Amino acid sequence: MLRIATLAPINETLGTYSQLFMLLAAMVYMVAFICFALDLAKTNKTIAALDAKALEEDQRVLASAGGQNAAAIGTVTPARRGNSGRADNVGEDVVNDEMTYTALSPKRGIAKIAVVLTWLAVALHGFAVVSRSLAAHRVPWGNMYEFLTTGAFVVALVYLVALFFKDLRFVGSFIIGLVTLMLCAATIGFPTPVGHLVPALQSPWIVIHVSIAVLASALFSISFAMNVLQLLQHSRMNRLAEGKEDKLPFMRLVPGAGALENFAYRINTIAFVMWTFTVMAGAIWAEAAWGRYWGWDPKEVWSFVIWVVYAGYLHARATGGWTGPRSAWLSIIGYGCVIFNFTIVNIYFNGLHSYAGV
Amino acid sequence: MAKNKRTKKPLTDAPALGFVGSLRWIWTQLTSMPTALFLLLLLAVAAVPGSIFPQRRVNPELVTQYLTDNPVSGPWLDRFQLFDVYSSAWFSAIYLLLFISLVGCIIPRIKKHAIALRSKPPRTPTKLERLPQYTRLELDPVQATAITAEQLVSEGQRILRKRGYRVDRRDDAGVLSVSAERGYVREIGNIVFHTSLLGILLSMAIGGAFGYSGQRIVVEGETFVNSLVSYDSFSPGTNFDAKNLEPYSVGLDKFDITFDRESETHFGQPLDFTAHVTTRRSPDAEAQQEDLKVNHPLRINGADVYLVGNGYAPVVTVKDGEGKVAFSGPVVSTPQDSVYTSVMVLKVPDANPEQLGFTGFLLPTALVDETGFGISGDPNAINPQLHLNSYYGDLGLDEGKPQNVYVLDTDKLTELNSRSQDAGGIILEAGQTYELPDGKGSISFDDLKRFVALDVNYDPGKAPIAVCSFLALAGLAISLFTPRRRVWLRPITDEQGLRGVEFALLARGEDPRLQREAAELSKIFHNTWPLAEKSKDLGEVNA
Ligand code: HEM
Repeated sequence: MLRIATLAPINETLGTYSQLFMLLAAMVYMVAFICFALDLAKTNKTIAALDAKALEEDQRVLASAGGQNAAAIGTVTPARRGNSGRADNVGEDVVNDEMTYTALSPKRGIAKIAVVLTWLAVALHGFAVVSRSLAAHRVPWGNMYEFLTTGAFVVALVYLVALFFKDLRFVGSFIIGLVTLMLCAATIGFPTPVGHLVPALQSPWIVIHVSIAVLASALFSISFAMNVLQLLQHSRMNRLAEGKEDKLPFMRLVPGAGALENFAYRINTIAFVMWTFTVMAGAIWAEAAWGRYWGWDPKEVWSFVIWVVYAGYLHARATGGWTGPRSAWLSIIGYGCVIFNFTIVNIYFNGLHSYAGV
Repeated sequence: MAKNKRTKKPLTDAPALGFVGSLRWIWTQLTSMPTALFLLLLLAVAAVPGSIFPQRRVNPELVTQYLTDNPVSGPWLDRFQLFDVYSSAWFSAIYLLLFISLVGCIIPRIKKHAIALRSKPPRTPTKLERLPQYTRLELDPVQATAITAEQLVSEGQRILRKRGYRVDRRDDAGVLSVSAERGYVREIGNIVFHTSLLGILLSMAIGGAFGYSGQRIVVEGETFVNSLVSYDSFSPGTNFDAKNLEPYSVGLDKFDITFDRESETHFGQPLDFTAHVTTRRSPDAEAQQEDLKVNHPLRINGADVYLVGNGYAPVVTVKDGEGKVAFSGPVVSTPQDSVYTSVMVLKVPDANPEQLGFTGFLLPTALVDETGFGISGDPNAINPQLHLNSYYGDLGLDEGKPQNVYVLDTDKLTELNSRSQDAGGIILEAGQTYELPDGKGSISFDDLKRFVALDVNYDPGKAPIAVCSFLALAGLAISLFTPRRRVWLRPITDEQGLRGVEFALLARGEDPRLQREAAELSKIFHNTWPLAEKSKDLGEVNA
């Protein structure tokens, strides 16, 4: 039980530092975001150069020896080797469907700078989040400002950790863009000084219910990015297969649509289990705080809608004919509901779930 | 959970179905996966209006308000049950169809899995190399004689069993092989998950039938006894029996609020609500002192008592024109804002010769702003004042129509005191008495108490729902994260004897780590048998 007879006083100085570091972090994220975007544009040029060289070589080989030098054709530049039948001829050495680091990966200098900057930003951001928590003597997720700032921190940290295992730099601009946006929304839209929690929020369930919800939402964000890229890649491949011009050349750095779909699916399953847990923990808490476990409060309605949409997504994947773009759309709709639940429902729908600070 | 029937039946089948045939056709359609998917998505869409329009079950006053504000569209929305979405015919139809579909899926699936659990893994395919995940390992030619096909199969069996596979040693016309399968709990998890969803629905129905909920306001010094008459409002379940109300009692001794006094930015925000209560769990039980707080309900004999609201109740005495006490007691006032500016309505039907009515505000810490208007400066009662208008005439209470105690209908009343009258409004500090004009009586502000709003809930479905939810979560995690896969392993022999071993894996359902499992098995086999070093490179993926 969390029985606080007298709450420890707020440390206002630390709170001010927290706000300052939040701003610094946002600025560094902004620069990292620009670097990630530049990387997509520039690496695209690198591949184009490799392609041009490979083409030249092919022609030289063909011109000089006809069929005589057949072995040479087998050793064309890596960029020309097939990659799971991709229509854009991007080689495994640029990007592969396991999303692992490849021979070309270290050549992406700007991407390396982007990752380093992201680490710096996460450190500043982490300090901001932790100091706010210390200033208030409680978990740093009690109002919109705190959900956004802590949520953004979780998204960034999960992404950086994932980078150790997979080369996910291709979604860097998306993820870090999202993080920057969240921090800006928090500081501009919901500036809230550090404060105590209202009695309804003083419960150990805030630690469990909200943290898992934030984590699930972070994972949904990542799979959303994957699904969007999947759709883009899908239509791009179709265009290329029809012999049309490549309108999204930066997508050469992105794995194939099938790989993206599978990756998004794995993340979505984890996030779905977490979401299920979030809803259940919410029901247990509601039982203690509001006197009923379920009452179709707007927040409860939308959590239910999200749950059902993602359950639909999982079923769609299990049904033949509903994989590929269709299931991706379901996942995207689900994410739309997550965002709606977090923004519109929190701000405009009145309910028991209206948090302090909004 | 039905098989995917992707093969369309020829259309010519349709007219010959007959009645039973049609029923069967409907059943097949209903329990098919695309239908379940459609119903699931429909359910999501159908739930949305409940968050847009006010709902009777959540807040009936808002619905009445909406109907008054929208006299044209309101009744139409009501006709389509948009103010009762979650008990509406259409919402119920969707989830009931979904659950029927669910039952239709689960039952055959349970049967099928029960058989699978008792049978051996399937026979080894003749051409393993056609399977999506195939590996061929060569024995080191120098040491090939160190092991026989027989031994290889036994050891293969042991290794696979240790990795959680159910194994079967096969001998198909002299060709030895191992057939193995793992992850049977995946399907069990799935069945548990879906069955638990049914369990949750049933438990909710039980709660709705036998439970009840009620609201009651208790002022400091009062005691609430659990019986039908003591509730301000009460909603029984369909099978509720008033005899089942346990006669416990809860008396409010004192109510404390702590406000934030340190933070500049959150000054006056409530930090703690504590109701000090005296409870008796039954009429002859001993009285107990307890604290009732938000997040810490009183749990008494299965029913739970929640602290859901609070406010001030000024104690007032009204004497009528004949000088008799016509009313004396606390008047519950409704807080409007964070500084507890509270609306107060008092009807005095017992006043003679003329009935009296009062409306106005309680200001816990009264300040007078520059226009002479009273406002409250703090939620605590530092300088409490009543700012009232008074009326006399017919309160309309005798007609027997139920009236809202918090609203005074002034249409048939004559104003005595207000800012627009010569006498002005009534301003009373604690302990003061005000004589009404024209000898209509007097009103005095004797004391200020706090009140709490209590919700009492009894829901026998709660415990089963908790159990089912837990099972659903566990089942879900198991069904999503347990890989179900098959492995077949066969020694490769030719006229010279044992040459190597081939094995293939097949995923049943989503299995992103199948390839890793193949690599893992390869590694173990290399450590177990004298395999040629280069045979590592022969590993092959047909994906
Ligand atoms: C209340 C409605 C339902 C919900 C919330 C729900 C939810 C789920 C979830 C979360 C899964 C796990 C996803 C997976 O294993 O891929 C699942 C699996 C499954 N559900 Fe449902 N389900 C519902 C109704 C149904 C119905 C009515 C059917 C049959 C028509 C059905 C058939 C299946 C099947 C076949 C699977 C297994 C898919 C697989 O193993 O890949 N479900 N369900």
